[in-house]
Amino acid sequence: MTLTLRGPSKSIRGFEAEVVSRVVRLRSPSTSPQREADAALIRSSSDFDEAIASGFRNAICVDGPCDMSESENYFPNYASLDSRFDYLGEGDVLAVEASGKRVRTLYRRASKHNSFLTTERCNHNCLMCSQPPRDIDDAWILKEIRDALTLVDPTTTAFTFSGGEPLLNGEAFFDLLTDCRDLLPNTSIHVLTNGRAFASSEVTKSWAGLNHPRLMAGIPIYSAVDHIHDYVVQAHGAFDETVLGVLKLKDRGQRVEIRVVLHAITAPRIAETCRWLARNLPFVDHIALMGLEHTGFAIANDDLLWIDPVDYRDSLAEAVGVLASSGMHVSVYNLTRCVLAPSVWPYAVQSISDWKNGYLKECEQCSEKPMCSGFFTSGRPRHSRGIAPILAT
Amino acid sequence: MSRFLPQEHFHSPAAIELLPFRFERTDPSNYLVSNMVGDFIRLNSDEFGRLCQLRLEPGDGLYERAYTSHLITRKGQTSQHQILAMRLRSRMGFLREPSPLHMFVVTLRCEHSCPYCQVSRQSTDTSKFDMSEETAQRALKIALESPARRIKIEFQGGEPLLNFPLIVKIVQAAKSKASGAVKQLDFVIATNLALLNDSILEFCKAHDVNLSTSLDGPADLHNKNRPRPGANSHALAVKGIKEVQRVLGADRVSALMTTTEASFERVEQIIDEYISHGLDGIFLRPLSPYGFAIKTKQYSKYDITRWLDFYKRGLRYILDLNRNGHNFFEFYTLLLLRRMLSDRPIGFVDLRSPAGIGLGALVYNYDGRVFASDEGRMLAEMGDTTFELGHVENATYKSLVGSEKLVGLVADSLTQCAPECHSCAYESHCGADPVYHHATQGDAVGIKPLSAFCSRQKGVINTILELLEHSPEDAAVLRQWGVS
Repeated sequence: MTLTLRGPSKSIRGFEAEVVSRVVRLRSPSTSPQREADAALIRSSSDFDEAIASGFRNAICVDGPCDMSESENYFPNYASLDSRFDYLGEGDVLAVEASGKRVRTLYRRASKHNSFLTTERCNHNCLMCSQPPRDIDDAWILKEIRDALTLVDPTTTAFTFSGGEPLLNGEAFFDLLTDCRDLLPNTSIHVLTNGRAFASSEVTKSWAGLNHPRLMAGIPIYSAVDHIHDYVVQAHGAFDETVLGVLKLKDRGQRVEIRVVLHAITAPRIAETCRWLARNLPFVDHIALMGLEHTGFAIANDDLLWIDPVDYRDSLAEAVGVLASSGMHVSVYNLTRCVLAPSVWPYAVQSISDWKNGYLKECEQCSEKPMCSGFFTSGRPRHSRGIAPILAT
Repeated sequence: MSRFLPQEHFHSPAAIELLPFRFERTDPSNYLVSNMVGDFIRLNSDEFGRLCQLRLEPGDGLYERAYTSHLITRKGQTSQHQILAMRLRSRMGFLREPSPLHMFVVTLRCEHSCPYCQVSRQSTDTSKFDMSEETAQRALKIALESPARRIKIEFQGGEPLLNFPLIVKIVQAAKSKASGAVKQLDFVIATNLALLNDSILEFCKAHDVNLSTSLDGPADLHNKNRPRPGANSHALAVKGIKEVQRVLGADRVSALMTTTEASFERVEQIIDEYISHGLDGIFLRPLSPYGFAIKTKQYSKYDITRWLDFYKRGLRYILDLNRNGHNFFEFYTLLLLRRMLSDRPIGFVDLRSPAGIGLGALVYNYDGRVFASDEGRMLAEMGDTTFELGHVENATYKSLVGSEKLVGLVADSLTQCAPECHSCAYESHCGADPVYHHATQGDAVGIKPLSAFCSRQKGVINTILELLEHSPEDAAVLRQWGVS
């Protein structure tokens, strides 16, 4: 399944925005709007009538009877979307761009995989980046997210802030985290950062000073060797600052996850990298060893990066063994069970976000499918020669 | 794609710099190298030479090994130093909890007459060799002054159960005084268990007192080592172990063995003896130098090679048990593995630097004299008062631990700067033992090539390294011990 999280609106009226977008929360047409940002989710003409009766001024019509001329009399702000947005439900939050005539899904209440892109700017240029950086002024994004946070269901268990590098605009980002702490104290926040900003004691102190009860920094370390990590992230001095950042965060008792993406540069050394992690950073809270998502720069650098996961199966098993026997908390992401050693299965999790996750025809007869990560449906998937159904014995 | 720069571009132009390391030549063409925190790396002569001359570069394999092992860094980088500093700080963390162990010699009297014991007395005169209540209260006051948040009070002898009424008083007084001082207390009685009875067991149960006993092996060996009227030391010890396990729980009794010449050929039987009594491990201890050897100054290295054979045979037997699914530890190996495979602070009194004398433990003798270690008190019984720090009558915790005598002994013996030790590849996993070296060589520092302590440490660590590197199935067991 691949969900369309951003796309053109068939037609749009109103929703004038100060900057880029207006953020709305979808509601059932039978309830009364509680916030200015509430919009009725309309799928039929009876929904349409109900929304009018409930007093909505905003409405989003999905794959339904979206007569623009009739709506004009009732809804100053009105947009209609095609069937690709069928998945939208009550409580979901959208950004509506009237000028660009498009919408973006920011938050889906029913999903466990919500992620907010905080910026496209980055001081790394990773060879395998799935979200290639752009050097643009996109500070408006943080404001949009702050609007969205007020509409997110407070019972949401977790979501992620990704980038770009979220801490490039540290002060504004800390304001965002402060909102999270105050508005959504029960929601775990995972921040994907390259960790370099934490080499500054001031930044680490501010981070710790948020006193957020459920905050974790997910920081990539691609190798225990300076020049290899720097090459993968295409930035001089990155290794030194990132490691220093991890040490400073842990020194202040902050939660840190180390993330290693597996490709032809990192995978052959993964056992050594994990031995180094176990010996030198045994106090980090989680280690994620992640199969490559074949999208973004990973496609452009395919020659440098592609390695069939079955060709690093044994090194990965050794790496997981080292971490697990050291008492560290390790998970393997994005790799199907058929390409993993059985000793790794207990650590392999269903990590791929629901909106870009799928299985192949071969998977139908596989007994491990209910526990298996499946595949990315995004980008240009490249499959291992090791893919084969595991048959129950 | 011109947007991406090639690998070579990230080979830093900054100079490569050496970080501190220690090494030993293991044979004409190989070196054992250890970094500042005791991670071991093996290099051949060519690699070692290139490392020392900094003739290494990214991509040659040696650079990568040296970098991940913290043997080198780049000028301007700080993370390599910071990792070492953090790990060293963790390893030395035991210094934050000074003097966690306090031994009370409540009596010198004993109903056993073991030949290797230097201290016990056969006497019925309780006034002469028992600790008085006044001495005990003063000792307790000093013990509670020590800054450690958790202290262990160990009752020693002689046979401490011969003065059990005093133990009761000390436990009760310690509990009432410590409750105000927010100090956690552990109690243990080191006893041969021969005099154990129901009321003693009830008291131990009510006050969470653990028992530590002696078990030298099968009955004939044990009884030969430990004569007593009736020649039933083994039977009484075994009966006592069972009683403690039944009344207090399996984890409330531990046993220590004394190794003698007669033990050497019987290590498997000794281990089987421990297993048959439900004990979870054994400490294969070295021969004690504090007896005949000290008097004659003839404690030679010859004995240590025989002991090492004994240790290796025992460890082999224990590892085979584990590989067959029976969990059983050798405690000295376990201690060293924790130091070799983790950075947890381990302040084991006999294997740390700064030394454990005073800073790790204080011993309050029956007569009120305070010693820096249990062995120090034994030396005093033989007329050597080098490790006597003071008397409970006029001492405070600070006056004892801050005494010039103790500070001098600790400072002189630091392995971090003592001759031989400071450049030793095994230093991170070793310790200073000024009492041993004073006893055997008349000098707290000692000449390490002549030291059986030194030979034993190197022998044991090399045995462990050999297993970790060349015996995967044993390594799997040992790695589990290391994180246990």
